[in-house]
Amino acid sequence: MSAPLASSLALGEVVAEAEFALSRDTLVRYAGASGDFNPIHYRDDVAASVGLPGVIAHGMLTMGLAVQPVVDWLGGDAGRVLDYQVRFTRPVIVDPVDGAAVTVVAKVGRIDEAGARIDLTVTFAGETVLGKAQVVVRLDA
Amino acid sequence: MSVNPELQGRSYAATAPYLVGREKVREFARAVLATSPLHHDVAAAQDAGYPDLVAPPTFGVVVQEHALARLLGDPDAGIDFARVVHGDQRFAFSRPIVAGDELSATLTVTSVKTLGGHTMITADTLVEDAVGAHVVTATSSLVVRGEE
Repeated sequence: MSAPLASSLALGEVVAEAEFALSRDTLVRYAGASGDFNPIHYRDDVAASVGLPGVIAHGMLTMGLAVQPVVDWLGGDAGRVLDYQVRFTRPVIVDPVDGAAVTVVAKVGRIDEAGARIDLTVTFAGETVLGKAQVVVRLDA
Repeated sequence: MSVNPELQGRSYAATAPYLVGREKVREFARAVLATSPLHHDVAAAQDAGYPDLVAPPTFGVVVQEHALARLLGDPDAGIDFARVVHGDQRFAFSRPIVAGDELSATLTVTSVKTLGGHTMITADTLVEDAVGAHVVTATSSLVVRGEE
């Protein structure tokens, strides 16, 4: 496995794209793994009681999966991620039958001597769900 | 109940050390749909130069959670958890978290701002290893929605 070279990148280049299918099972699995058992992530009645249109994915699940295409592009080396930030702008509503599809497009936003900032566009149902989603990565010069 | 503006600048004592287990790394990796062999296969992680399995970039949230619980559970903070929404999240790494790490987390509230009826609380959680070396800083902004 090897990471791409910083010198081989072009600004605005799409370096990774992926689509993730989420189901209620995905949310229950994330709740268990992360310890975030807020019922808005698995109970429709509780979600409705706080004004949500349905059960929503954990924001941290969306953040967690959105970086995976970049990690794969880095040759699977998550240790090359130096900084990762997002803003949670819209919820991902996960239908009990159809689930939800989240798409990720990763583009080069900045290039340094030995690294790059990769900007993520993360969408659900045609709308952006993460704002200012940026991953700073270490590459080989 | 409303958020105590004097929270700004307050720090909470470090959490008890959290031992990062291999199976926890694998479980978390499966949960965030992370398939890199470095999260699952010890030999692959060691071939890449790491001492053990590498945790996915957002794994720090598991450790941060323990520190945030102190803030959210502080009766003097005035935070109604049912009204809390996650605003922003950031992880700034000195190195990745790996299985075998013993991590402690120290949370400091860096800002409390009122925006309309809502309050935004930003907190930095410094995550350090067993020898006190910095691993990652997890920064969270939480929005506490106002009462209508």
